[in-house]
Parts: sequence; C-alpha cells; structure tokens
Amino acid sequence: MSLVSIKTAAPTGPKYWRSLDELAKTPQFREFVEQEFPAHADEMLEGNSRRTVLKLMAASFGLAGLAACRRPVEHIYPTAKGWDNYVPGEKLTYATAVSLAGQVTGLLVETHDGRPTKIEGNPDHPFSQGAATALVQASLLNLYDPDRSKSVLEAGKETSWSAFEATVKSLSLGDGSGLRFLSETVASPSLFALRADVLKKFPKAKWVEYEAFQRNAGRAGAMIAFNEAVSPQTDFSKAKVIVALDSDFLGQDWQTPLPTKQFSSRRHMDSEEDFDKINRLYSVESQFSITGANADHRLRLRGSEIKQFAADLAAALGALPGLNVLNNGTDRRSKFLAAIVKDLKAAGKDSLVITSPRQPAIVHALAFLINQSLGSTAMEFAKSGTQERVEAGVDALKALVGEMNAGQVSTLVMLGGNPVYTAPADLAFASALAKVAASLHLGPDEDETAASAKWHVPEAHYLESWGDAVTSTGVATIQQPMIDPIFGGRTAAEILALVSGSPTTKAHDIVKNYWMSTFPGSHPGETKSVASGKDAVKEITANPAEQAWRKSVHDGIVSGTKPQETAKVTADAKRIAAAWATEPKAAEGGIEVAFVPSASVFDGRFANNGWMQEAPDPINKVVWGNAALISPATAKAKNLSDGDVVTLTRGGLKMEVSVLTQPGQADNAITIALGYGRERCGRAGKDVGFNANLLRSSDAFWYAPNVEIATTGKTYTHVTTQERGLADGMNNRPLYREVDIAEYKKNPKAIEEQSEVPPLHSIYTELNYDKGYQWGMAIDLGSCTGCNACVVACVAENNTPVVGKDQVARGREMHWIRMDRYYVGSEDEPRAVEQPLPCMQCENAPCENVCPVAATTHTPEGLNDMVYNRCVGTRYCANNCPFKVRHFNFLNFHKGDSDILSMVHNPDVTVRMRGVMEKCTYCVQRIQETRIAAKADGRREIKDGEIKTACQQTCPADAIVFGNINDPQSKVSKLKKQERNYAMLAELDIRPRTTYLARLRNPNPELEA
Amino acid sequence: MSVAVPQDPQLLEVNPPLVPGHPDYHDVTEQISTIVEGDVRTTPMKYWITLACTSSIVVLLGGMLTYLALTGIGVWGNNRPVGWAWDITNFVFWIGIGHAGTLISAILFLFRQKWRTSINRSAEAMTLFAVMCAAIFPVFHTGRPWRAYWLFPVPNTDLGMWQNFRSPLIWDVFAVNTYLTVSILFWFTGLVPDLATLRDRAVGKVRQYIFAALSMGWRGSARHWRHYEAAYLILAGISTPLVLSVHSVVSFDFATSVIPGWHTTIFPPYFVAGAIFSGFACVMTLLLIARWTLNLQDLITMKHLENMNKIILATGTIVGYAYAMEFFIAWYSGNMYERFTFWNRAFGPYWWAAWSMYTCNVFIPQLYWFKKLRTNLWVMFIISITTNIGMWFERFVIIATSLTRDFLPTSWGYFHPTYVDICTFIGTVGLFLTLFLLFARFLPMIAISEVKGVVAVEKGSFPKERQEVH
Repeated sequence: MSLVSIKTAAPTGPKYWRSLDELAKTPQFREFVEQEFPAHADEMLEGNSRRTVLKLMAASFGLAGLAACRRPVEHIYPTAKGWDNYVPGEKLTYATAVSLAGQVTGLLVETHDGRPTKIEGNPDHPFSQGAATALVQASLLNLYDPDRSKSVLEAGKETSWSAFEATVKSLSLGDGSGLRFLSETVASPSLFALRADVLKKFPKAKWVEYEAFQRNAGRAGAMIAFNEAVSPQTDFSKAKVIVALDSDFLGQDWQTPLPTKQFSSRRHMDSEEDFDKINRLYSVESQFSITGANADHRLRLRGSEIKQFAADLAAALGALPGLNVLNNGTDRRSKFLAAIVKDLKAAGKDSLVITSPRQPAIVHALAFLINQSLGSTAMEFAKSGTQERVEAGVDALKALVGEMNAGQVSTLVMLGGNPVYTAPADLAFASALAKVAASLHLGPDEDETAASAKWHVPEAHYLESWGDAVTSTGVATIQQPMIDPIFGGRTAAEILALVSGSPTTKAHDIVKNYWMSTFPGSHPGETKSVASGKDAVKEITANPAEQAWRKSVHDGIVSGTKPQETAKVTADAKRIAAAWATEPKAAEGGIEVAFVPSASVFDGRFANNGWMQEAPDPINKVVWGNAALISPATAKAKNLSDGDVVTLTRGGLKMEVSVLTQPGQADNAITIALGYGRERCGRAGKDVGFNANLLRSSDAFWYAPNVEIATTGKTYTHVTTQERGLADGMNNRPLYREVDIAEYKKNPKAIEEQSEVPPLHSIYTELNYDKGYQWGMAIDLGSCTGCNACVVACVAENNTPVVGKDQVARGREMHWIRMDRYYVGSEDEPRAVEQPLPCMQCENAPCENVCPVAATTHTPEGLNDMVYNRCVGTRYCANNCPFKVRHFNFLNFHKGDSDILSMVHNPDVTVRMRGVMEKCTYCVQRIQETRIAAKADGRREIKDGEIKTACQQTCPADAIVFGNINDPQSKVSKLKKQERNYAMLAELDIRPRTTYLARLRNPNPELEA
Repeated sequence: MSVAVPQDPQLLEVNPPLVPGHPDYHDVTEQISTIVEGDVRTTPMKYWITLACTSSIVVLLGGMLTYLALTGIGVWGNNRPVGWAWDITNFVFWIGIGHAGTLISAILFLFRQKWRTSINRSAEAMTLFAVMCAAIFPVFHTGRPWRAYWLFPVPNTDLGMWQNFRSPLIWDVFAVNTYLTVSILFWFTGLVPDLATLRDRAVGKVRQYIFAALSMGWRGSARHWRHYEAAYLILAGISTPLVLSVHSVVSFDFATSVIPGWHTTIFPPYFVAGAIFSGFACVMTLLLIARWTLNLQDLITMKHLENMNKIILATGTIVGYAYAMEFFIAWYSGNMYERFTFWNRAFGPYWWAAWSMYTCNVFIPQLYWFKKLRTNLWVMFIISITTNIGMWFERFVIIATSLTRDFLPTSWGYFHPTYVDICTFIGTVGLFLTLFLLFARFLPMIAISEVKGVVAVEKGSFPKERQEVH
C-alpha cells in the first residue's frame, strides 16, 4: 500500500515519470494491479469498510500518474500551454458524436481545462435535438474508468504496441481466405470506406457484425416485404395512433433520444388547440417496459405470441388477404385487437405500427404492410447500402463460429465488442476462438474476450479519439477528441489500417482524408496539420475543403450531409403471406424466457459504470443487478417468491438466476436483462447480477420457449430504491395526478379537486418573493416517459457519488432527482406512472426552520440553498422533508475516488464531505454562470430559457421547464398558469416552487369500459 | 429525651412510619456514612467485580463513539428516510429517565412529601447521570461532531452568525443545558450538610481536605441552615417547571415538524407523563437493587415503594390515554396521512414494536390497581423493567417508525440497527451504572440530614402540628 507515498515523495517532473515508470515494471506492482483487484473486487459491493475501497483505489493513483505524464501528441494541445480564447477554469464545449449499437447521437461535450466533464445532446443534430439518453451521458464515466484496459496483452501478458505492430505485419494474410473481421455495428463512414478497401485487398476475407442487441431484423423484414434493401425511417411525431408490438421505442429499442422527442411532441398540452394533437399509444408486450408504462392501453402477451397478434392485426385490417383472425372471441386480446383495428382505421395516415428489433423479420414485414395499407406517413423507407462479404446478426456469427471450428479461420480481428460474453452460449465462442491461430481483440476493457484472444489491445474511448458517425438517415458527424487517450488506446480504424498495411495509420488522418476527399476543392493526400497563427488563417481561407472540414468539426454536422431521400417501395402482401405460412408457430405452454437489453448496463458494456449500475431500472427499480422477472400469478403457481434462486434449463443450456415478481409481466413468461454476471470486468461490474447469455441460444435469440424452471433453495437479495408491496401504489394519495383528456376538457378543475387545501397561514412572517428573478420549475408528467436521462444528467452535473449496492440497500443512494414509479390498478394488469422528483424548493421550506445552524436557508430568489460548510449534519432537515429529497453523506462516499476518477467531477460544484446534507440546488452553478455572463454583457436581464438545469437540458421529452416565475411571459410561468398545474402536498403550506403538470391520458373509451 | 408518641395502630397500618426500627440520629449517620467511609479493601468483592464489568462497557462505548466519529454516521443503521433512529430514541429515553429525579427532589419537596427523603439523593444522582448519557447522543449523532459546538450560541469565527432560533434543536440545547445545570446545583446543595458530616468524621488528611473543600465551610449553624433551606427551596422552585419544560421542549423536536406521527399537539403533556413514568420505573429498579444489596429496608420502606408504584400507575394510565387519543385524533382529523401512520404503527411492519409498547406501558401497569401486587417486591421489580423497555419502545415507535413511512410511498423504508447502534446503547447503560456505582460508594446515597429530620418527627421531637406533614 505504499503507492500513495511513492507518488507524493516522488521528485518533480521527468524524474518522477521515470521512477513511476520503473515502478510499473516491478513484478510486485504488476501483481498488485493485476491480481489484487480481482481478489477484492466484490468487497466494494459488500463490505461497509470504505478503507477497502481506498486500498483498491490507491493502485489507480499510480496508473493515473502514468497516464498524466505522457507527452501530448500532435492533435491535442496540452492545457499547460493554453490556446486561443482559453480562459483557465472556464468551460469549453466541443461537438462530437457517439455511436451505440450502431445508433448515433450528436453531442456537445463540456470540458474543463482539457477534461470532458459533461455530455449533452447537440441541438443541431437531428437524432439528438439537444437531448441525450442516460447511457450516452454515462459513457463519460467510462472514459475515466480506472479499470479500463491499459496495455497491450499477448496471451494475457503485458507487451508493447511495437510488438503488436510487428506481429500484425508478420501475419501472412494472402488473399484473406483465413482472415475474418468481427465488429459491432459500424456507423462510421470513414470505417465503411476503409472496410471496403480492406475487403478489396483481401478478396476472400469476410466481415461479421454482431452484438447482443442488433437492429438487423428490420432490414430482414424489409427484404420480405419489399424484396429490396431498405430501412424504415420512423417519425413518431406524425402518428396519432401508435401500436407498439413489443417495441420499447421509448426505452432500450432506440439508443437515441429521437423517438421520445417525437412521441412527446404530441403530449405537450400547452393550450386547448394542443388537445387535438394528443396521440394514443397501444402497447403489446411481454415485459413491462417504459413504453408500456406510457401506453394508454397495454396488453400482456408472451413475446413469441406477438407475431400471431401482428398477423391477426394485419388480417383484421384486411391488409393480409386470405388470413383469418385467430381466436376472435370476447377475451381481452380480442377486444384489444378490435379496438386497435377501429382506431387505426380511423387514424389512417396518422397511424403507426411499430415493432422491436427483438421480434423476428416477419413481424417487421407485417408492420410495414399494415402501415402501408393504412397509408401511414409516420413510417417511410430509405435505400440502405449493402456491402458484399459483410454480414450482420447472430446467424452470421454462427456461420463464423462454424468456420472457426472447422479451422478455416487463421486470423480473426475483433474490432470492439465482447463476443465471448455476448455470443449465445450454444455457439461456445470462446472454444471456437481458441482454434484460431491469430486472434486480435481491440476493446476498451480487459474483458472475457480479451482474456480468450491471443492479442488484446486497448481501444480508445470516443471522447479521446478521432472518428465519425452517421445516422441511419445519413447525417454524419465528425467525432473529435477532447483529451489524449488516457490509457493509450487506439481506434478500430487505426487497427484496421494496420492490418491492411495502409500507409495512413493515424485516426485523425484516416478521418480527415476521407472527408476532405468528399469536400469540394479538396486536395487528396493532404494530411498535414495546419500551422497556427496568421499562416493558418491564410491556409484555411485558401482551401475551401479545409474550411468545410473545420466547420464540420465545429458544428457537429458534416457540412453538406443531409437526411437521405426516401424511396418509394410497396409492400408485397403475397410475399408476406407466403413468409407467414412458413413461419414456425409459437410454442404453447411451458415457460418462455425473454432477453432484453438492460436499461442500466445495456449489453454489459456499461457493467463497470457506477452511474448506470446505480441508476434504478425504470420500472422495477432494481439497482446493481438483474432478476428473472415473473408475473405475480406465475410466481404463485410455481410457488416462488422474491429472491428465490432458480435454475433455468433449456436443452444443454443452464443458468441460475434469482426471481423477482413484476406486476404486469405476461404470465408464464420470464424476462431477464442482458449485460450482468460479467466474470471479467472492473470492480463495479464483476459478478453483479446473473448472466443471461448462458441461456441464450442462436435459435432462440430473444425468446427461449419451454424453459424448465427448478428451485435451488438458495436466495439472493435484490436491492431496489423503492420499497415493494404496499409502497408500489399511491395508497389513494393525490401525489401523481392524471386525468383522461375527455374529462379534463369537460372539467378543467378535475386535477385541483383531487386534494383539499384549506386556507393556510404560517406563524412566521410571510416573505415576499415578488422582486427580481424568482426561480421555479414545472414538470410535465404528461410528456415525461421515465427514461432516467435526468437522473444521470444530475449525477454528472452535480458530482453525486456512487455509493454501491450495500449502501443503496440501506437506503443511502444520493440521487438528487429520483424517478418515482407507482403502479395503478390490479397486480396482474397494472399501469405504471413515473414522476421525476427533484427538490421542490419550497418557499415555506420545512427543512429550513428546523436546522439549528441555519445551514439551509432561502435566497431572495426563492432558492432553498444548502450551505455545506455550515452543516453539522443533524439530519433534522431530511426528517422534516415531506418528499425525502435530502440526501445525507453517511460515509465519505468520495473517499475512494482515485485521481483518474476524480477527473470526471464538475469543478463548478463542490464535492461534499461526509457528515453533510445535500440536495438538488436547481443547478445554482448554472444560474450563477448565466448571471455572470449577463452582467458581463452589459448588465442585461437574463433571458427566458437562457438557464437550463441539467435535468431540463437533457430531457428527451422536454418535460422539465425552469425559469423565472416572476416574469409572466416566461415559459415556466405560462405552464404554471395551466389548470392542470398542481403542487404536491400543497396542504402542508410548504409552497413548492417545483410544480407538476398533471398527465392527460388519452384512453380509448371502448377499452375503458 | 423525648417520649415516643403513642400512635393509633389502625393509622399505623394505613400510614406506617417512614423510618421504622426507631433509629436515633447516630444510627442514621453510622448506617449511611460507613458505606462511604469503608476501607477500599473491605468493600465487598462483588462491588468491584460489578464496577469492572460496567466500566469495561464504558470502554466499549468509547470505542464505538471513536469509530463513529472517525467513519461517519453510516456505521449506524440510520438511512433515508430514517434520519434519526436509535440515536435520538436513546437521547429521549435517557432524558426521560432523568425526570423522576427532579420530580422526586423538587416537586415532592415543595409538597412536603417527607417520604422522598430516603430516595431523593439517589434519584437526583440518577438524573445527572441520565442527562450525561443523554447528552452523548445529540453530540455524536451529528454528521460532523467536531462542529457540534456550533449549536451553542458562543462567539465563533467558523459559523460567523447566530444560530437559527426557530429550530427546536436549539431550544433543546437550552432546555437540556438548563436542566443539567440546575440539577447539578440542586444535587450539590443538598449534599453540602452531608459532606460536612463526612468531613467531620474523616480520618486522614486527604479525605479531610477533599470533604472540607466540597462542604464549603458548612458548620451547621442556624444561619447556615436558614440559608440552606432558603436556597434549597428556591432551587426546588426553579427545578419544578423544568420537569414540565424539558420534556415539553424535547417533544417539540417532533411536534413542530410536518411528519405524520410527529406533528401532534398532545406531545408535551404526553412526553412529560411518559418521562415521569419511565423515571420512576428506573428509580424503582435501582432502589430495589440497592435495598437488597445494601440492606436499606429501614430507609427504603414498602411505603416508599408503594407510593412510587401509585405514580407509575397514574402516569402509565395518562400515557395510555395519550395513545388512545392519538388514534382517535388521527381518525377524527380525516387526514389520510395521519390515519395511515397510526394504522401503520399498529399493523404495519413495526407492529411488534408498537404492541410491545402498548403492553409494557399501558396494560402491565394496570396490575398496580391491586395492593397485593403493588407491594410485592418481585412484581414491582419486573414491572419497573418492563416499563423501561416499553418506554424505550415508545420513543423508537414515535421517532423511527413515523419516519419509515411518511407522505410519499416511494421514499418509504425500514430501519435495521447495526452492532454499533446496539453497542453504543449498551455502552451508555454501562456508563450510567458505572457512575451510579461510584456515587453509591463514594458519596452518601441517602440524605443524612433529611432522614434525621423525619426521624425527629417520628420520635415526636417536633410539635404536633408539624407532624402532619408526612
């Protein structure tokens, strides 16, 4: 444990660098780093001893030192030197883009003194429109993950990049007959081009794209429907009636905020004219997703039964001739179907049927057919390019594994991804990998695949490397780095260039060359960096391509790229009917297991991300783990209760998992989130939850029928941020308020009447808040989907600590804004509602008058301020808070932060010590920043919308509005004037500044009765 | 000397003498002083063993508090929503225990209840020690105990401002400190004549100097007695409202909040009654032990004990009334949060705590309606213990279970104590017992001068009209 002292005792500058470098080579140090971590990894979650964490974190001190002392390379300017317009301490924002599972979000990244500290959506980017999903925002923490892959490994032993380069050069690839590439979904134009070159150079090489959650079913469905390679382009804002067939488009089915943006645009009821635009969402699904929670009507069906429902829907709409509607009776399903048919027909072109990438191609084809038969304008199609010898999906992976087992693959280049973990268990990818003579793995972590491959090289994070990304509609963004690779990683393009022997091996050059060649006035081969100063200006103005490049990098949209034009295609009902006839019928009876990407760790790539591990599942509120979600009725029938560990067996595949009852889950169906149970992972993610890939097979990729379930007698503790049972419901309290829009039109007071507020008087002198800025917030429950983006945004903005599973179990999570979920209705057929809950900033704050040392007081602008250095920690304020939004630092939750992890902190916000209370501040640092800017601007007024709180800024549904309530023209004032605006617990005379706009539901009267 | 006044045997049955066995003044002095003056080596071994046990528990307390201060409140089971749990439960519990001391000393003194004389000294000592134990919790329950002094209105550059005088916690600081100060003065003033007796009997220079300093030049002159009586009366007058005020102020911590189950106007009288109830039970436990181990049957008589049991019955019934009234008001108010809280209290996850409390505090003391039971030493010993268990649960039920389920079901929780919670509480019990053992051995446990006054009356040395007082 002498690392810390070594660091502090080290002399300055280069000598320190050398000595630490030498230290890194000592066997004791290597042993410490490599072995001591895994040995103690689980203690972080279990032990209440913070000392252990400190011990573990101490090691990353040394590594942080290593990283910080490398010489900067050409494209990144060291902060020490400064640059034009650089003001130390002031934030700088850069445009870039992230690609997650092939889906692209344009971003603006806030950096402080050369380190990225916050990810926001790029308002100019069509797929972001200023918002970012929870996962994308949390990807910032991956950058500073002290457990990231740091070195080149050959057979698990550390070696150097030069050794790796030499090995790659020595590979005899010939015509590429033994060469295979395996990557995740590629969304990079420069990588497309490079790939085309490589496949041309090695005419027998093949490329497989695979990931645990892949979006290729839609394209396959298009092949059935249109016999043409097109991809659907959906616009939810154009649809008034949406039928989601298993689609979780508001949740994990889309890794961009776009569907939520579009969907919620029809849920903002700001005036009476808006009432007519409200959409209606029907959801048919197996597991309770947030799309199901936002649906006006929801039907529980097992995942495999949805294709029959789709076929019945098509038949009932007359889109699929010669097909009879199955079991047309009076049960819930039939009624539901009949109501949808009627509603869809009435909506006509304003309708949309959407399904999930988790559904087979035929369901997509049926959905396309239905949409076309209805004349839906919400779904159009665009030509999608295909490339020879590039296959995507689990079948392609299966073929690749077959080749690997047959010894036909001599060189496998894995560019990103973790196939050993994510591949279905029946493929036994690891054993196939062992048969490949040369297997190279590029990945961000020393994960399962890194351990099985011959070579592992660290992958640079997208915030530290050059690249580009293109949306499915064809809008491209240059991905620019903001920091030098902390652990010396490289990009997929760089590795690919190396393998192909291309002369250009630097990511910057690859990307720039590619785009320069597309710009007018380009000079191919021009890779030289532009000089600085006056020469630079001359050179840029002289070269229009350079100008276009600079503009593209700056704007976050490549200049000249536009959304693709849509193609006219017509679905062929006969082809679809023929395909339907050959489609195997769903297995009846038994237990069916569905796999879904986790809302927290996705497919496992976020497993070591503390922010996401601690972000509760939007519906069941589980943190730090997953569960076999089972309906209460099935649990009763199988005599299972929460926490029971069961064995699930199907064929030769088997997994152990703990059961958790989930109201609203389809009967005889289990849902397990992917991405957990990682065996080789950093400290946060190792052995957290259960690995569902063990039960997954290539023939039952999303839904595994006839799974046998057996109890083991063991139990496991699921940790949730909300109490289960009685606390799942609202207990008739008027907390979350909603009303049917039809009733609201008749009686606008319907919301107000839900609670009785007698005339109230305070015994203390009433303060006047009628001067200057008076900050307030309105949260629209009608458009909020409960996606968690605000929760993660707040964590990132306000340096909220991650406390670990054990502390969350004790109720000590620190989220300043939490997502409250209530079930409404019966246990079998509930609805779920989501309510974001930040500090209400009460004017008559009950927390303030009880604090003995006045550590929480009111500002003249109506903020309920928390003065950390005055707080002695009596916790009286938290006790007296009716919303329980105050969070106490029971332990020093930041104590274990290594130097590298501390880099993620926002320097504008204090990192709180133990023993003090903290809570939402309305992002007071942003208020002050804007105030200073306005002052510097000639003492002007702060404009409405100029200050955005972190939760507001990232909200994909635009459900949170913040501003000056003293200004009658501000957006927040206008919202608060609406009849559906209400203050929670107003009867306590606390006068919350944060109020809610009640949800207006739009149920189908036929189904309501 | 004096002739014993013939007494009506029937009257004696109803009102037996407070100091039976007709000891003379010397006997009283001898019986009490020898305990204090005995040689260390002649002190029974069982005393030292007991002291060793209790003081090792004090070491445990020290260890727990050190661990807490170095690591954070997280070593306890407190959480969100349960910001206060065993810490404040124990605080209110100990403060409540202290109340009997003040009540016995001051109020019974003002009402000239002579039966208090043999028990008031130890009851006052108990008050002091209980308040000391109580004071540990408000200090150490703060997240940053090294800043706890900010709660005092002392000039300090760190805070640089006044405290928030709207906060009931500040009221608490004043109430408890006033209580502690007055209790010390009252106790010490009463001790002065006895300390002088000990000084006069002392052998050896060290003892003489110590007791000389402590007795503050007491010579027993009429003027001294006059001043003493006046001072004692004034202090009793000051103490009396404190019995009501301290626990009322403590109850304001809860009553002024907005949390259902806390926000109740009945709290001040209910807390005071509960405090007297638990305090008497605690005095009872200690006296019974002292009576058995130190053979004080002549000084602590069945009459004393029976009178105390009557008070326990009365206050227990008041507490029971308060419980019933809370339920009634919760229903009558029509407030859904209140209704739920009380339903949840009796039938929610903490039903066992609530029913332990009802049983111990309301149902069991009803046995004291029967004279046979209220004069049975074993019955009263057991009830004194169950009463204190019940009163600890009362504070826990009010403080922790109200917090577990308040307005928003999404923030509901549960409290699990950790070993540190448990050991800290046991540690304060150890501290209390240690202080009491030291007191019992090194200071006169029974007020010599006051007992002599009662002896004088019972011997008929005083005029008949003064005999009425007891």
